[in-house]
Amino acid sequence: MSTHQLPEHPDFLWRNPEPKSSYDAVIVGGGGHGLATAYFLAKNHGMTNIAVLEKGWLAGGNMARNTTIIRSNYLWDESAAIYEHALKLWEILPEELEYDFLFSQRGVMNLAHTLGDVRESMRRVGANKLNGVDAEWLDPQQVKELCPILNISDNIRYPVMGATYQPRAGIAKHDHVAWAFARKCDEMGVDIIQNCEVTGFVKDGNRVVGVKTNQGTINTEKVGLCAAGHSSVLAEMAGFRLPIQSHPLQALVSELHEPVHPTVVMSNHVHVYVSQAHKGELVMGAGVDSYNGYGQRGSFHVIEHQMAAAVELFPIFARAHVLRTWGGIVDTTLDASPIVGNTPVENMFVNCGWGTGGFKGTPAAGMTFAHNIATGEPHRLNKPFALERFETGALIDEHGAAAVAH
Amino acid sequence: MLLISCPNCGSRDETEFHYGGQAHVAYPENPNELTDREWAEYLFYRDNTKGAFAERWLHSTGCRQWFNMLRDTVTYEIQAIYPMGSPRPDAAGKVTAETGTASTAADSTTTGSAAPSIAATSTFPTSSTTAPEGATK
Repeated sequence: MSTHQLPEHPDFLWRNPEPKSSYDAVIVGGGGHGLATAYFLAKNHGMTNIAVLEKGWLAGGNMARNTTIIRSNYLWDESAAIYEHALKLWEILPEELEYDFLFSQRGVMNLAHTLGDVRESMRRVGANKLNGVDAEWLDPQQVKELCPILNISDNIRYPVMGATYQPRAGIAKHDHVAWAFARKCDEMGVDIIQNCEVTGFVKDGNRVVGVKTNQGTINTEKVGLCAAGHSSVLAEMAGFRLPIQSHPLQALVSELHEPVHPTVVMSNHVHVYVSQAHKGELVMGAGVDSYNGYGQRGSFHVIEHQMAAAVELFPIFARAHVLRTWGGIVDTTLDASPIVGNTPVENMFVNCGWGTGGFKGTPAAGMTFAHNIATGEPHRLNKPFALERFETGALIDEHGAAAVAH
Repeated sequence: MLLISCPNCGSRDETEFHYGGQAHVAYPENPNELTDREWAEYLFYRDNTKGAFAERWLHSTGCRQWFNMLRDTVTYEIQAIYPMGSPRPDAAGKVTAETGTASTAADSTTTGSAAPSIAATSTFPTSSTTAPEGATK
C-alpha cells in the first residue's frame, strides 16, 4: 500500500482518431462498461471495426466516481452468477490486459447490526456457498481480528453483531482499469472517440442504421448503449423507454494516511462503506439521494450521515480530514438489478441499470454485452437481466444484498 | 441540499421531506383490461427527464401532506410547487391542460379533496405568476 507500487504512466495508451463514416458496431459510452464491451467484441468475436463514442473524456463519468469495490456476494442465483463471473475475470484480467490495475483481494466484510441483519447475512452466506461464491460468517471477535480499527463494543447504538466475509473480494484502481481496457482495445484496432456526443439515431423502419453525433453521422450495423446514468436520455432519442431512474450518488476521500484499514468494510444498516486506497486515502460511500438528478452532485446530509456512521464504527477516523467529495449519476431499477440485452429497436442493445454496483460488474457486463451485440442473442449470464422481466414479473430483487440503497 | 417550500409550512430543509417520484401517474381506470405490457408501464416505467420534471413530495416530518413540485433535474432549481390533483404548470408557471388517460382522477396518493392553502409560499403557482422567467425550456 504505497506509491512505489503504482505503474508508470506511459506517454500514449490509445490513439485519438477521427470517426470513420461507418463501423460494424458503435458503443455509446466510453466508461468501464463501454470499453470492456469493445474489448470483448474484439477479443471474443473478432469485431475490430468498431468505435466507442464518449461525450466527455475517456472513463470520466461514473468510472471516475466509484469507490472501486469488487465483490460477488449477491443473494440471488442470477446475480451471483454474473458477479462471480466478473470476479473470476478480474482475477485473470491484469495478466490478460498486460497492465497492473492493482486488483487487491483484501476481502470485503458486510457488517450485521441487528438480529434481522444476522439472519439475512447467514442466509446470504449459505446462498453464496451454494453458488460457489466464497463466503464466511464472522463473529465480532473475528471481525476485530481482521480489521482491528473497527469498534466492536456493545455500547453503541448499532453494535457489530458479526459480518459476512468474502476473502476473494477487494478493490482495484479504477483509472488503471479503464486505461488497461482502452490500451488493449486500441491495439486491436478499436477507435476510441472522445468529445463525441450522441445527438440522435438514424433508423430504417424499426432498425437502427446510424448514430448522429456532434462530429457527424456515423453509419453502423449495431449500436450498444453503455451510458449508465444517461441511458434513458439515449433511449428516448431512439424512441423507447427504460424502467430506470437516475439519481446522484456521492463518495468522498480523506487525506492520505498510513495503512490502517486492511480490508473493505460495508454496513448496510448504519450505511457506510470504507476501504483504504493504495495511496492511503480512506474512500467512503453511502446511499443515493432520494430524488432524480443529473447534476453530478448530491445533498450534504447524505455525507453527514455516512460520516456519523463511519466515526462510530471507526473512532480512529474522527480526526481525519475530508479531501474531496464527488458525485456520479447512477441509473437505478425497481429491482436493483441491471438491464443487459435487446431493446425494442432492432440492432440496438442496452447495458444499464447497474445502479450503484456497476464497477464490480465491469468485466462480466462487457463480456455478456459483447456476446449479445455480436450474436443478437443474450449470453446465458445476461439472459435473466433482459428488459422483458418487468413485463413477465420475473424480477431479480437484490435490494437485500446490494449493500447500498438504490 | 434542497430548500423546499412546503405549501403549508413554508421553507424547510430537504431532510424533512420524502420523495414520491414522478407526479401525474394516475392509477389505471380499468386495471383488469390492461395487457401485461401496459401493467408493466404503470408499475415500473417512469419518465427520467433531464430538465424540468414534475414530481411528488411528502412533508413527512411537518404537515404530512403531499404536494407536487416542478424541479430541474440538472440545476435542481425548484420552479413551481402546486397541489396534488392540479395540472402541471408549464415553464412560465402557467397551468396547462392535463394530458394522459385519466385526467379527472386525483393522483393516487392525494390525501384529500381539499387543496393545500396557497398562502404560505411564494413559489406556489397562482393564476399567472410562478416560476422565474426563463427558468427552463
